[in-house]
Amino acid sequence: MNWARKDLLGLEDLSKEELRLILSTAESFKEVSTREIKKVPALRGKTVVNLFYEPSTRTRVSFEVAAKRLSADVINIATETSSVKKGETLIDTGRNIQALKADIIVMRHNASGAADMLARHLDISVVNAGDGWHEHPTQALLDIFTLKEKLGKIEGLNVTIVGDIAHSRVARSNAWGLTKLGARVTFCAPKMLIPPEVEGMGVMVTDDIEGALRDADAVNVLRMQFERDGDTAFPKQLEYFKEFGITEERIKKAKKDIVVMHPGPINRGIEMSSQVADGANSVILEQVTNGIAVRMAVLFLVSQARDGS
Amino acid sequence: MKEKAKILDKEAVGRALMRIAHEIVEKNKGTQNLCLVGIRNRGVYLAKRLSDCIKAIEGGSVLSGALDITLYRDDLALASGQPLVRKTEIGFDINNKIIILVDDVLYTGRTIRAALDALVDFGRPRSIQLAVLVDRGHRELPIRADYAGKNIPTAKNESIEVRLEEVDGVDEVAILEK
Repeated sequence: MNWARKDLLGLEDLSKEELRLILSTAESFKEVSTREIKKVPALRGKTVVNLFYEPSTRTRVSFEVAAKRLSADVINIATETSSVKKGETLIDTGRNIQALKADIIVMRHNASGAADMLARHLDISVVNAGDGWHEHPTQALLDIFTLKEKLGKIEGLNVTIVGDIAHSRVARSNAWGLTKLGARVTFCAPKMLIPPEVEGMGVMVTDDIEGALRDADAVNVLRMQFERDGDTAFPKQLEYFKEFGITEERIKKAKKDIVVMHPGPINRGIEMSSQVADGANSVILEQVTNGIAVRMAVLFLVSQARDGS
Repeated sequence: MKEKAKILDKEAVGRALMRIAHEIVEKNKGTQNLCLVGIRNRGVYLAKRLSDCIKAIEGGSVLSGALDITLYRDDLALASGQPLVRKTEIGFDINNKIIILVDDVLYTGRTIRAALDALVDFGRPRSIQLAVLVDRGHRELPIRADYAGKNIPTAKNESIEVRLEEVDGVDEVAILEK
């Protein structure tokens, strides 16, 4: 299996073999973070630019740690403090970064499709760190990696994704990746938070949380963003927690070894109770650790694809 | 590439490994602080076998680990084929240990250079020694083997193939020609 892509834009376009190659490469990279000297020279002399048009701490830091453990030089650009404020277009910003002889751009953008567009206009690698509601491939890859590590396989698993599916790139990327690898995916949310286009994704849809958890081997709980709702946020939070919140009672009725995941940051008491977040079924912090290995694998593979072509 | 000749058969491979094991024990006056680290892929199996041979000679068991040198290669940026990153598994502290680095074929010495860089990232061994099943010459770096199963002078257009039961279903060494 050869990795031929200069970019990682989403999981929708990847083959099963490409997904497996990323996961197995990440397995090898996981060991690096357990060493006393947590560094390998694979990307020595390469420059990785983190270009973030949306605020993000955990994804940016995870990519930064991953790049540094590969010995790359990392530059962070937060657009609030850059010439984007002066009206520079995305393509111009990208071309300037390319002219600086950077090798990889890791981009978070609020517009769906932004990473695809940038990748088409540049020769250097683009890694999508989340574009609008479209995809967040490395988050899904680290979720899948963690699941595989916990349960030994992906094929045949029942995975339930709960929360604001409509506005979730994490849900979309997970659904693409998991179904390609043979898992059955169920989206569970209030009807108004299920977008119409999911019908073509090969997933099941329900608003019955008890039913969605009954046969689930894993539940991935999305972050609810009620803070945008202003004054009505608090009653909505209470209502949501009552109807869809992942509580101890609901977990007790599910499979004994159900794996509980969350992409973070958690709203304790809104989408998930503290007891579940800190409980025996939770792998939330392991997801964070695995995110480094997965992002090291992605940075390594896209850089090798460029060198090999 | 077509096969020109078989250099070692199953028995010869076994005898070569047993002799290397004896030499390792003799040179290091026993097995104290001794650890084996095999270079992926076939070096790992050879290290395990050497560990078994040493156990048969001395009684005590010797730890063995696996090292993947892909991320330390000096031709990563030049390689045309895509290197596969495999697992490094060194489940012991290498500080102050005598490390026997094990590989199947010693050729240009570049793999060993990479392995030395990788190993020192894990700590500071007291010493590192090199054991190979076949030394085929043509060094490009100042590196030599402390223990060699067989020296096989080769031409540059030839290649040596070490086949092992665990990977290839058979124990033998062959010389191939373009």
